[in-house]
Amino acid sequence: MQKIGVFVCWCGSNIAATVDVKAVAEALKDEAGVVFSTDYQYMCSENGQAMIRQAIKDYGLTGIVVCSCSPRMHEATFRKTAVSAGLNPYMVEIANIREQCSWIHKDMAEGTEKAIVLARAAVAKLHRNAPLTAGTSPVTKRALVIGGGIAGIQTALDVADAGFEVDIVEKSPTIGGRMAQLDKTFPTLDCSACILTPKMVEAAQHEKINIISYAELESLSGFVGNFTATIRKKARYIDEDKCSGCGVCTEKCPSRKGLDDFNMRLNKRGAVYIPFAQAIPNVAVIDADQCIHFRTGKCGLCQKNCSAGAIDFEQKDQLIERQYGAIVVATGFKPIDASQFNEYAYNDSPDVVTSLEFERIMNAAGPTKGQLVRPSDLEHPHEIVFIQCVGSRCSEDAEKGKPYCSKICCMYTAKHAMLVREKYPDVNVHVFYIDARTPGKNFDEFYRRAVEQYGVDYIKGMVGKVSVEGKKLHVQGSDLLNGEQVHINADMVVLATAIEPDPTARSLGTMLTASMDTNDFFTEAHPKLRPVESPTAGVFLSGVAQGPKDIPETVAQAGAAAAKVIGLLAKNELTCNACVAHANEAVCNGCSQCERVCPYGAITYEDREIRTPEFRGVRRIATVNEAVCQGCGACTVTCPSGAMDLKGFTNRQIMSEVDAICR
Amino acid sequence: MSLTNKVTAEDILRISGVDASRCMQCGKCSGACPNYDEMDYHPHQFAAMVRKGKITELMESKALYQCLSCFACSQRCPRGVEPAKLIEAVRLSVIRQKGKNYMTADALPEKLDEKIPQQALVSAMRKYSK
Amino acid sequence: MSVNKEWTPNIVAFCCNWCSYAGADLAGSGRMNYPANVKIIRIPCSCRLNPMFVLRAFQRGADGVILCGCHPGDCHYSTGNYYARRRMTVLFSLLDFMGIERGRTRVEWVSAAEGAKFAATMNDFVKTVTELGENKKLGDLRCKK
Repeated sequence: MQKIGVFVCWCGSNIAATVDVKAVAEALKDEAGVVFSTDYQYMCSENGQAMIRQAIKDYGLTGIVVCSCSPRMHEATFRKTAVSAGLNPYMVEIANIREQCSWIHKDMAEGTEKAIVLARAAVAKLHRNAPLTAGTSPVTKRALVIGGGIAGIQTALDVADAGFEVDIVEKSPTIGGRMAQLDKTFPTLDCSACILTPKMVEAAQHEKINIISYAELESLSGFVGNFTATIRKKARYIDEDKCSGCGVCTEKCPSRKGLDDFNMRLNKRGAVYIPFAQAIPNVAVIDADQCIHFRTGKCGLCQKNCSAGAIDFEQKDQLIERQYGAIVVATGFKPIDASQFNEYAYNDSPDVVTSLEFERIMNAAGPTKGQLVRPSDLEHPHEIVFIQCVGSRCSEDAEKGKPYCSKICCMYTAKHAMLVREKYPDVNVHVFYIDARTPGKNFDEFYRRAVEQYGVDYIKGMVGKVSVEGKKLHVQGSDLLNGEQVHINADMVVLATAIEPDPTARSLGTMLTASMDTNDFFTEAHPKLRPVESPTAGVFLSGVAQGPKDIPETVAQAGAAAAKVIGLLAKNELTCNACVAHANEAVCNGCSQCERVCPYGAITYEDREIRTPEFRGVRRIATVNEAVCQGCGACTVTCPSGAMDLKGFTNRQIMSEVDAICR
Repeated sequence: MSLTNKVTAEDILRISGVDASRCMQCGKCSGACPNYDEMDYHPHQFAAMVRKGKITELMESKALYQCLSCFACSQRCPRGVEPAKLIEAVRLSVIRQKGKNYMTADALPEKLDEKIPQQALVSAMRKYSK
Repeated sequence: MSVNKEWTPNIVAFCCNWCSYAGADLAGSGRMNYPANVKIIRIPCSCRLNPMFVLRAFQRGADGVILCGCHPGDCHYSTGNYYARRRMTVLFSLLDFMGIERGRTRVEWVSAAEGAKFAATMNDFVKTVTELGENKKLGDLRCKK
């Protein structure tokens, strides 16, 4: 039997004006288990707290009920008071008689009656309370960043600068990501490589950052602070330590059939290649599908010519297992496949290109060395048509395309149009747009400059059809503002394709038990207040993996994710939530229902030896990982056998409250 | 032509099964239309005007009979609005006006022509006798 | 205490800790009145509400039970209120089957900023339940004192 003390607060006149506090204290004296009941002007004051401490000692109280303001206000205060008097903090219950009683009721009798009921409910609940201890778990002080684009690099740099070890796992042979492929960046038109490559170098040289390139996460187990990751480092058939990146092998390689992914497959490359000049690590990689040695067993020219002896045809995939405290998802995006939009003749003509392909064409290090030429005949174009919203803003049930706005296309199309007009004033540029969306610092000014200073022809409307007519592309679209259909004989058509999450995101999300939306973007823990955290504790989001965004937003989010990672890694151990779910092993039958509803993946199953009067033997039992459980209680209601219960809000506790209120 | 029955946006929705409010006015339909220059109202205007309830104007338009029913607009629409079905619904609304464009079984014999396929007559009968 | 007094319904409100309980607090700080027969029980999330609690409340003589949670999509635990919504839908059809008037139970989404909505909801709910009268069908006489 509990020995309960009841403390009724006046809150000055806030409570006392509409609730007869003395009557409440008096009425509660008759409750079973209540050995002490009193009232005081300000319970939360030092004197009030001293009074509580004294009563706990004098009466040997096992629990206290404080009738005062909302528990959201002072529950923590009174729990501390209880702890300082030697009581378990979870043996404190608050009856909210201010916000939910005195402040909303004007009639004294009514208010007093309700306050008594609320206090009784709190006493009833307290009878069922048990002391709870929050568990702790250690934190591994190392972070894993998945994806080595600008988002991953920035997060890694920020975390590493705070003094923690960071591993970047990048699936391609080099870090840099999509930003490395860009020519210029809006709205300042500074060269993308010029601002990105120093960051790549900084990451590579940082003593706390370890770049694992050409590698993917194979499996993951554990929970916040204690993840164990297995990383598959794919065989690149080059000894990374020996290769100096001199590039002799790439020149000697006789195979010329591989398509250059970095240049959006616009040109061919050798079977052994370095993705681009500033690649990090600056190490070659052999494409085994194209390599003559792997296909016929002969050749080996690269090996013969490598002065460093770095070529290793025997190299195998390598599995690296490592512990991490936090994981950052920075898997980025890819443009959607434009070939599904056949109305734009993407499959019919090489002169219809996507924006990222156009980016490479415009780039000085690209397949055309920065010369704007048609891919089909390498001739200089005179009419270029840009089509926006290709695959963006389609209806949810559409067969192709994405329902969201890809956010960056309006701006990069304005950038492309402007760059073309600046370098080649003889080229006419037309942009078909639905809405020009330019909310960002200096964005609208940039777009207006394209229209007003560079004379870019913006046409509000969409293109219905592009057809190949001889060497030209016949573009038929509507001009909604002038109420006419326009026909343009263009030399090139550039499609502003929607962006979608990287195809690896879905399987990664499953591995991390991090939730994703229907478009495979990772969902944040709270859309407004926790935008860089995944609902899964210890997993953070950076960059486009979470949703479409431009470079400055990505960098800002990467920094925010880093701050959250640092906040986690700075702790030596994590205090878990004490109000967690717990399965009663005598009743649990291991049906797996609870696991399915848990949003955190906190529930696993283990075979445990059970000894009850009814059953002796090994049975599959649900086990809650207290470090991961957030205490929502979804599992408790789902459990068909009633084995699952939530500490602090047990079925019996809530039932007792219900009974007390309905008495 | 005077219209005896008032046709509302809801009627068009019912006949066509197309929700015009899903249209985002991108104009891709009109961009795809092969007979754009002949029409006084264009596919995207059908969506916009149905939404505003301006059905009478559409029913009196030339465009109804200039539309080729090629369904290019429906096929291209990124939001599944299907303007061709809207146009067809307006056309049907005109046909269904009482006392207008009516075809009776008695009138059939004089229209008989050996060159007309039977099927065309049956479908005309179906369409114009409602 | 209820002798010589006009009958008023007894109402149990389950509020999730993150949105609706805070919304109720806000109604309080805004001094928005609603009847005193509404008593709030705090649960961590609307998905913690076991339908048994609702039945228990009716059995013990409650006249109406209302569940308040975060708006769909805003759940602190991301998906809890969706579970709650489905469970309540099932429970409501059971209550229908048992002949308990539909108006005695309700699910309402109240955010932490919607103090006014909380008060308005409670006023409306109390009115509905008052019109329905005392809950006699499920009330268990053995539970009455």
